[in-house]
Amino acid sequence: MTETATEQAVHTKQVTAAVNGQARSAAVETRLLLVHFIRETLGLTGTHIGCDTTSCGACTVLLDGVPVKSCTMFAVQADGHELTTVEGLAPPGGLHPVQEGFHEEHGLQCGFCTPGMMLTATALLAENPDPSEEEIRWAISGNICRCTGYQNIVKSVQYAAAKMKEASE
Amino acid sequence: MAATEEIRGVGHSVKRVEDARFIRGRGNYFDDITLPGMLHLEFLRSPLAHARIKSIDTSAAEAVPGVVAVVTGELLAQHNLAWMPTLSGDTQAVLATDKVRFQGQEVAAVIAETVYIARDAVELIDVDYDPLPAITSPQQALAKDAPVIRDEKEGQEDNRIYSVASGDKEATDKAFAAADRVVELDTFYPRCHPAPLECCGCVADVDSATGKTTIYMTSQAPHVHRTLFALVAGLPEHKIRIISPDLGGGFGNKVPIYPGYVVATAASLLIGRPVKWVEDRTGNLISTGFARDFHMHGELALEGDKITGLRVTLLSDNGAFFADAQPTKCKAGLFDIVTGSYDIPAADVQAEGAYTNKAPGGVAYRCSFRVTEASYLIERLVQTAAYEIDMDPAEFRRANLIKPDQFPYTSATGFEYDSGDYEAALDLALEKIGYAELRKEQEEAREEGRLLGIGIATFTEVVGAGKGIEYQIAGLRMNDGAELRIHPTGKAVLKLSVKSQGQGHETTFAQIVAEELGLQPEDVEVQEGDTDNTPYGLGTYASRSTPVSGAATAMVSRRVRNKAKKIAAHLLEASADDIDFEDGRFVVKGAPEKAKTIQEVAFAAYTSVPQGLECGLEAVYYYDPPNMTYPFGTYAVLVEIDRGTGAWKVRKVVAVDDCGVRINPMIVEGQIMGGLTEGFGIAAMELITFDEEGNCIGSNFMDYLLPTAWETPSFDLGETVTPSPHHPLGAKGVGESATVGSPAAYVNAVVDALAHAGVRNLEMPVTSDKVWAALNEVGLAE
Repeated sequence: MTETATEQAVHTKQVTAAVNGQARSAAVETRLLLVHFIRETLGLTGTHIGCDTTSCGACTVLLDGVPVKSCTMFAVQADGHELTTVEGLAPPGGLHPVQEGFHEEHGLQCGFCTPGMMLTATALLAENPDPSEEEIRWAISGNICRCTGYQNIVKSVQYAAAKMKEASE
Repeated sequence: MAATEEIRGVGHSVKRVEDARFIRGRGNYFDDITLPGMLHLEFLRSPLAHARIKSIDTSAAEAVPGVVAVVTGELLAQHNLAWMPTLSGDTQAVLATDKVRFQGQEVAAVIAETVYIARDAVELIDVDYDPLPAITSPQQALAKDAPVIRDEKEGQEDNRIYSVASGDKEATDKAFAAADRVVELDTFYPRCHPAPLECCGCVADVDSATGKTTIYMTSQAPHVHRTLFALVAGLPEHKIRIISPDLGGGFGNKVPIYPGYVVATAASLLIGRPVKWVEDRTGNLISTGFARDFHMHGELALEGDKITGLRVTLLSDNGAFFADAQPTKCKAGLFDIVTGSYDIPAADVQAEGAYTNKAPGGVAYRCSFRVTEASYLIERLVQTAAYEIDMDPAEFRRANLIKPDQFPYTSATGFEYDSGDYEAALDLALEKIGYAELRKEQEEAREEGRLLGIGIATFTEVVGAGKGIEYQIAGLRMNDGAELRIHPTGKAVLKLSVKSQGQGHETTFAQIVAEELGLQPEDVEVQEGDTDNTPYGLGTYASRSTPVSGAATAMVSRRVRNKAKKIAAHLLEASADDIDFEDGRFVVKGAPEKAKTIQEVAFAAYTSVPQGLECGLEAVYYYDPPNMTYPFGTYAVLVEIDRGTGAWKVRKVVAVDDCGVRINPMIVEGQIMGGLTEGFGIAAMELITFDEEGNCIGSNFMDYLLPTAWETPSFDLGETVTPSPHHPLGAKGVGESATVGSPAAYVNAVVDALAHAGVRNLEMPVTSDKVWAALNEVGLAE
């Protein structure tokens, strides 16, 4: 039942990732979920856990700019990659246009889905700076919100798109 | 005095102050809390719905390195904690001792250094079960010779929980005898689940040196929970501190007390280290407060186009323990609101509840104690009646609505409705959706072979319990306190007994103080959730916060204002009777240039208070509502059905709500859109069901479907404003209106598309296969 120290060592691996622009490294159990690495090992608690089955998107982070659900990835799979969490969306004191949009358009209530939702929206806007309502709804359809009814989230993303367009002109 | 800037008080869409932390990932949910030396709790749950426990062997689990303790019901029984009282006066097993009574029930708990170790060890606990037949419906439960689920309860010889009646049976029988037509509907409001995105959990920290027990827990009612902890565990109440941090949604799921809170606290007490329990999604869906599971039969007596009587029989499935929050005297909650918005002279309601081998609960999910079921039944019945007498469903409603001059209106079941103008809301909704044109379009579409349906619900809710002498939970009067302190520089702290789960209390309640005292809302910090630092009260559920706590906030502000007037009078060298509070300032009557702001008064309260007056500027107020409030509205939904697949698509949703005075219209609309979405989910997809062995189907988000942005329609909102005459601000509460009113509107719309072919009912969730079957039955399938 119990493992020897050597057996345990076999299950441990060093993970190094660029998290929000900073190199972070830790020796972790190979079975450690990415979301626990982010929340417990790195102490970045803005990433949440909502369902354990890749269904709700509360744990969404960006892996090399692409939204992934960190509750069904292992930490070791992030080794050598770039991770962006909600804490890395904007420098301290600043706000990303998506964060601003969610505040301005009342795109959040309890706030639990918000980090994942904002990261998915950020990835969408990086790829498609002027999405239609349908494109926004499709893009965020892997992120469940129980509070808002989505309409204001769509507006929040539209707000951010307009703001980013303005800034690039 | 300073130049006046408009006070952003009642009626302003002030942007939310709580957003600042949430959009930065800086919310403080209980799972974000890590205490030094903290251990982790994981449950072993029963795989069987009904079985006798022969033995539990925990030795292998205990041997896993990093496991600190394995807790069983037997161990808890030694401390008299194997069973706990529920919020409806029943008992519930904390950890099973004699039997397991539903699949997912907590059987044992491992306390370990990490979650991973705890989960490993849970797998090694060996339980020997002797399976018993599972009862999965209340009909089975009440059948003769059904095995008794609660055989541990003295005097419990069957599976009946309650049997109650209300209204006037004799008068109702007379109305039915005299009726020229009787319309019936049998319907089942299926089991669904509030499923807040954050599951339940806690961090329990018993300090063995001070004897203080601090529990960070997902609680919509921290003060009630503290009192119950004191009563259950025999702990002195002042040594218990419940902190309900940021909650990731609640919708009623975080009202009951769950075994996890109790076991974590007991473990922390026994081990002397903090213990965290984080429920996973399956645990949440299979063991915590579900909603509905309510079998309803309704009959309307009609004379011409008038409803003259309503007869209802109900059968509720409460699961293995009667565990939901219930205002003491109403076993079927506030179901008596079933006469809805209609002037129905006689009503008779017979309700029964039964134990089954299913998870306990029943009233939660954004609903004021069974108001949702009541509203669904009457709104479905009324539509059925309209078809039967060949009348337009909107016009049939109009003919039966309670008229404005009938308020205050006493319903046949005894509620006193405070205010309403139902026809105004109906008219506005019909106008906004273009009802007359849509009926024409529906006809034309039908000729082209397309099926459109228009569904309406003209609902009335009862919320804001409420009138402490009649409504109590666990004997505690449903009152709420507010404490307001104005600091010398004119900044304020407001402490409340309620607890936001996303409703924006920190913004809305600050606006009430702002309105009443002439401060800006950003100068008021609202604090909630910590029982050490907030006044007592019953918490946030049943749309109570604005009706009860909002009223308490207005009243405490007025109490502070009365003192402020005296100080202003002193500063202005006038008599207090000559001071008016106008445009946010304290003004001498007839001399508007002589005025003081609240900031000036606050400073004086601590620096130059008049002789004979106490220093300081603060107050406490406990609000006992004189009555409940009765929000209402009309929802109208347009759907189109795909005759090839049975899929239905919502093309339009119009929601006209009258929740009285709106404090923050932006937040009100957010609440409505959220409720319309949950209502859509309930109508279209959300379902927890069980096979005949009591296996839960719907135990994760792959099986329990929730609406995403893709399926969810857009919403067109409207408002009418009929203030509540007894609420200090005229507000009524709005958090649940849309989940209460909208499911019937969606279902009515789908039924309406098929009504011409004789379809009268489709059961929720109205999935495409059910519509497909109905299409085939009436020969409309393509």
